[in-house]
Amino acid sequence: MLQAIQAPWPWYVAGALIGLIVPALLLLGNKHFGISANLRHVCAACFPAGIKFFQYNWKKEIWNFVFVGGIIIGAIIATQLMSNPDPVAIHPDLAKELATYNINDHSGMLPKELFSFESLFTLRGLIMLIGGGFLVGFGTRWAGGCTSGHSIMGLSNLQLPSLIATIMFMVGGFIMANLILPFILRL
Amino acid sequence: MQTQQATPDTDFEVRSTDTICVNESQQQHPGWYNLKYLAVGVVFGIVFVKAEIISWFRIQEMFRLQSFHMYGVIGTAVVVGMISVWLIKKFKVKTIHGEEISFQKKKFSKGQIYGGLLFGLGWTLTGACPGPLFAQIGTGVYVVIVVVLSAIAGTWVYGYFREKLPH
Repeated sequence: MLQAIQAPWPWYVAGALIGLIVPALLLLGNKHFGISANLRHVCAACFPAGIKFFQYNWKKEIWNFVFVGGIIIGAIIATQLMSNPDPVAIHPDLAKELATYNINDHSGMLPKELFSFESLFTLRGLIMLIGGGFLVGFGTRWAGGCTSGHSIMGLSNLQLPSLIATIMFMVGGFIMANLILPFILRL
Repeated sequence: MQTQQATPDTDFEVRSTDTICVNESQQQHPGWYNLKYLAVGVVFGIVFVKAEIISWFRIQEMFRLQSFHMYGVIGTAVVVGMISVWLIKKFKVKTIHGEEISFQKKKFSKGQIYGGLLFGLGWTLTGACPGPLFAQIGTGVYVVIVVVLSAIAGTWVYGYFREKLPH
């Protein structure tokens, strides 16, 4: 039992639980599943700067902040109490490829060579962390949602725009991973 | 009731611009009612970590077609979500507070193409979409706080240039 909790959970368990978040939020209070809108609510709450896009009653969306607070707490619980003692399993081809960029640390879910404050002060880390974060914030809002809002909530509600957005998320992912990232990792 | 009067009529219109998750509840509850969303978030956070959805390596494998894991997770979630929404619509299920559950149609915008593409690029760089970003912080990788701040900056810059961008 303990081992089943500690070992990484299979995709069908994770997928089913994530799918159930959609009806859970709807049934608990008619809330639509989405995360990226929180980034906008922070802007609306802290730096509206007279921009029309940020002029709305963000307090109505406080539930979304609380939801994200829960995600952080859940991650802490999973890391502290249910964590997998073994290193992350990685496809051998990926491990080989990453080794050519001096990324060999597989002890955590994020390679320390990239995700650390030291890395932040290298060109590679700067592009990946600051640039990547910026693209996530800018892109999700332009697209009107992220993987939660479009790919899960939007597709669950059979919205064609969400399908278009999801396809573009994947296109962007493939372009980055295969065509652009090798140059960045080489830096 | 008072807050509703103080809020301009365009509030919902602005709030629902470029977003898919909008609080449509008309009911006013005390703040601690929000704790139910905390509970759902906790489950979500645990799943994110335990299924390694927040792993940078899993995202790299997904976009190199080296692993089925992420496709399985997203695919299963969509199927379960679709069935749930279908059941809620079919049986006109109400919330636990007796409120009707509402759905809105999403309009097509060019933003879904351009913005979606940009987000896809960022997703692979950071190994995380917005939800997992917060979970990554919870696992103790505090540098991700900087990534989140950058994402907030990205959202702000989008808001600033919104009128000039194609939609």
